[in-house]
Amino acid sequence: MATQRAENMADNTPDQAPNEAAPDAVVVRFAGDSGDGMQLTGGQFTLSTALAGNDLATFPDFPAEIRAPQGTLFGVSAFQINFGSRQINTAGDAPDVLVAMNPAALKVNLSALKPGGLIIADTGEFTKRNLDKAEYEVSPIDDGSLAKFDVLAFDISELTIEAVKEFGLGKKDALRSKNMWTLGLALWMFDRERQPIIDWLNAKFAKKPEIAGANIAALNAGHAYGETAELSGPLKQVAMPPLEQSPGLYRTITGAESVSLGLVAGAQLAEVDMFFGGYPITPASAILHHLVRLKEFGVTTFQAEDEIAAICSAIGASYAGQLGVTSSSGPGIALKTEALGLAIMVELPLVIVNSQRGGPSTGLPTKTEQSDLYQAVYGRNGDAPMPVIAACSPGDAFDVGIEACRIATQYMTPVMLLTDGYIANAAEPWKVPDPASYQPFPAKFLDGLPEGEEFLPYKRDEKGARPWVKPGTPDLMHRVGGIEKNATTGNIDYAPDNHQRMTELRRDKVLNIDVPDQQVDTGETEGELAVVGWGSTYGPIRQAVNRWRDKGRAVSHIHVRHIWPLPANLGELLQGFTHVLVPEMNTGQFKTVLRDQLLVDADSLTKTSGQPFQIAELEAEIGKYFDNVPDNEGGKVPANKQQLPSTEA
Amino acid sequence: MNELTKIETTLKDWETDQEVRWCPGCGDYAILKAVQRTLPQLGCDPKNTVFVSGIGCSSRFPYYIESYGFHTIHGRAPAVATGVKLANPELDVWMVTGDGDGLSIGGNHLMHVLRRNVNMQIMLFNNEIYGLTKGQYSPTSRVDTRSPSTPLGSVDSPANPCAFALGSGARFVARGIDVSKNLPDVLKAAHAHQGAAFIEIFQNCIVYNKDVFDDFAKPKGADQQQLWLTHGEPMLFGSEKTGGIRGLKLNPVSFALEVVDVPDGDAEAAGVLVHDATNKTLAHMLVELPFGEFPMPLGVVYDNPGPTYEAAVHEEKARASKGKEASLAKLLAKGQTWTVSGTAQDPV
Repeated sequence: MATQRAENMADNTPDQAPNEAAPDAVVVRFAGDSGDGMQLTGGQFTLSTALAGNDLATFPDFPAEIRAPQGTLFGVSAFQINFGSRQINTAGDAPDVLVAMNPAALKVNLSALKPGGLIIADTGEFTKRNLDKAEYEVSPIDDGSLAKFDVLAFDISELTIEAVKEFGLGKKDALRSKNMWTLGLALWMFDRERQPIIDWLNAKFAKKPEIAGANIAALNAGHAYGETAELSGPLKQVAMPPLEQSPGLYRTITGAESVSLGLVAGAQLAEVDMFFGGYPITPASAILHHLVRLKEFGVTTFQAEDEIAAICSAIGASYAGQLGVTSSSGPGIALKTEALGLAIMVELPLVIVNSQRGGPSTGLPTKTEQSDLYQAVYGRNGDAPMPVIAACSPGDAFDVGIEACRIATQYMTPVMLLTDGYIANAAEPWKVPDPASYQPFPAKFLDGLPEGEEFLPYKRDEKGARPWVKPGTPDLMHRVGGIEKNATTGNIDYAPDNHQRMTELRRDKVLNIDVPDQQVDTGETEGELAVVGWGSTYGPIRQAVNRWRDKGRAVSHIHVRHIWPLPANLGELLQGFTHVLVPEMNTGQFKTVLRDQLLVDADSLTKTSGQPFQIAELEAEIGKYFDNVPDNEGGKVPANKQQLPSTEA
Repeated sequence: MNELTKIETTLKDWETDQEVRWCPGCGDYAILKAVQRTLPQLGCDPKNTVFVSGIGCSSRFPYYIESYGFHTIHGRAPAVATGVKLANPELDVWMVTGDGDGLSIGGNHLMHVLRRNVNMQIMLFNNEIYGLTKGQYSPTSRVDTRSPSTPLGSVDSPANPCAFALGSGARFVARGIDVSKNLPDVLKAAHAHQGAAFIEIFQNCIVYNKDVFDDFAKPKGADQQQLWLTHGEPMLFGSEKTGGIRGLKLNPVSFALEVVDVPDGDAEAAGVLVHDATNKTLAHMLVELPFGEFPMPLGVVYDNPGPTYEAAVHEEKARASKGKEASLAKLLAKGQTWTVSGTAQDPV
């Protein structure tokens, strides 16, 4: 997993056929109608996989519509999991196994499947009507078009109805257990325990025992089908030994959970209560949902009337002495922008979490992108400097949450924390950290002055931070506001020299934040190529870089957490490489920042399809920097800045 | 809000060292003085008092009050004030806004702070014009207002601040006039009310909308044009000297209020309604009375307290936290976990 950053991991080449020998990693994609419970199936399979000791990464991919019309192509919901007995950094490129609950799910996901991959299809759903909706003239199961795959097609719908008969459910309700039947089969295929899922079903449906019973019966039936069916075909059990992981306590965690916990931990380390102002927006709402359940940790949550009120209430809470936090996604961040300027101007601590999604405007609400970097770094009126940090994986979001709280409270500044839809929704095993291992950074409240000393609300400490004073403190009454203020008294001051000075003070405070030096994630500190990433591209970059390193190429992976200000040594570090390649899920935003700040001739590799990078895509691009590799002898393909997916194909 | 220890202050204690920068003769001066005079009478403590404002002439107010103060951004004072109050319910929060700040750009936030019933005093200075941006018409400007942005006269209907507040669910609605000697009493009633207390203060912008309220605000003839409401008292106005005592009566056929003469001041005989500040239907009728045909109702129109938002939030928080240990270590290890020791995997 990403946070562990182990070296010399084994590699799994992408063109390896599935099920030949015992693979060390497998990618399974569950795909069905958005009402078929695919996310639930995937989530439970993830849990059982984690319990079996495999490393894993997941990628939920679902439509923006809650219930798109049944059976349609745009209503397909999918959940991909990559797991294995080696370290897993990404949700995997091409699935080895595709579970297609209807024709639309097959059609949408087929192109992703590996040649020779296994398709498990529910023939009960391959009706004329559903084939029409998926725009198939004849059933692909029958017309030979799936010849390059292994196909296992049987009537899962009928088998499910049969399995749950004793519970006396109507057909519609009985079919709701189809996902559990499928999960049972998948559990058998990969030799996973059913008990944790049975326990979960019993707990979830404690008040509806017949529903719990039906689901368990379906789960068992699917499992038994794998075990007893006399199949000579492709379905066979795959044993996946556990990964050697560092000892400790583990759980699975999504980015939304992890960032929430990180913020709670950060507020505790700062020794302040947290106030969270939020407004529902995909994919950021999950943070509000998590924090609302943590009241005993001193967390107050407030669902505001809009994004603006969400951030303004958080600023008000910070003024009153709590740590204000707000979260949103791109369009909501746009609405909060004026208030961000206010927080910068009044110099109060504030954490803003942006779970980025495809843009602009409403864009792709449920798909991932990294295209709000300019917005985070540059997107405000006036010279409005603000620290920006980015999480690179679900687990990493915990540490980044703490770091955001540290910077905000130590420097009296708003901090933008970037995650994205992929990190927010994806799950990975997480080694539970010991809270005592984090250094506390108690916030300092000014509560009085030596006799005779004048109170100056904008007098700065050695870090450039002004004092934090809680209303209620005697003798320190003062006024703050968005109007330019005197550099010490904080009173309104439009004087030319004063504004010049305040602009510089605000800039320097942020530029002088103690950002840790940049480390190299994989590889040496110098070489032919540095692949520089930020955010959720961590996994695929790491894997792709490792593939070339295993072939002896001088390529290193550098992953930047502190986007603004950049680590002080980054420029010097990049000087050690002949080339710098910056893959990102936008049109080259971090590349621009690097060029601007470091005068480095960074190449850009971009992808804006709403899907994460595939390892193979990155691998191919990295290969172009080396002139004596297959297909690039003599450097015939120029290393370039092309956009993915290629528009030339 | 809990009962705070009353402390002794004087008007001077509430003045800052800042030069007040409103236009000479602006109604804001009178309001500032009324507030600074009232705060000591209420026993308010500068260290526990927070003034929060938005943007506009009125929103400069916090700079002139020696307490904690936050001059925020246009229209957003209700949201900032809500955050202040939720973070520390012990603070005595006063919000200052104007007709543009509170009803145009910030109308949404004003609606929600009122319906949530966050315990604070909300003073909306209504001068029916945008002053700070040099005189454009505002959401409360009357139809046909000539302004730089409406040289031929405005055509849109104005908003009625008190009707807006009532419609938003406000449980305290009052009206005052900048120079009126009654303003401190209105402020005191607002402060005594537990919950969001909305006060519309007619404020004279002497530069861009001079004397627009003179029909009822100018001292001469005021007693025939102003109806000062008192809970439990008949709704009377005028005097024998100025042309007779009159009052408001309910017409049972039209279900509307009407003006009746009150011979000899005998309100009961004339059937004059007694003001009931807890009657929301009456409040709606009063704030909608067309001026001219009727006097301008002033003072406390509606005062009917209910549970406050911040109290409910903190009660729920206390209830949900009761008996729960805030252990971060346990929180992090919550849910389905497993232990890795060497290569063996054991579900916990």
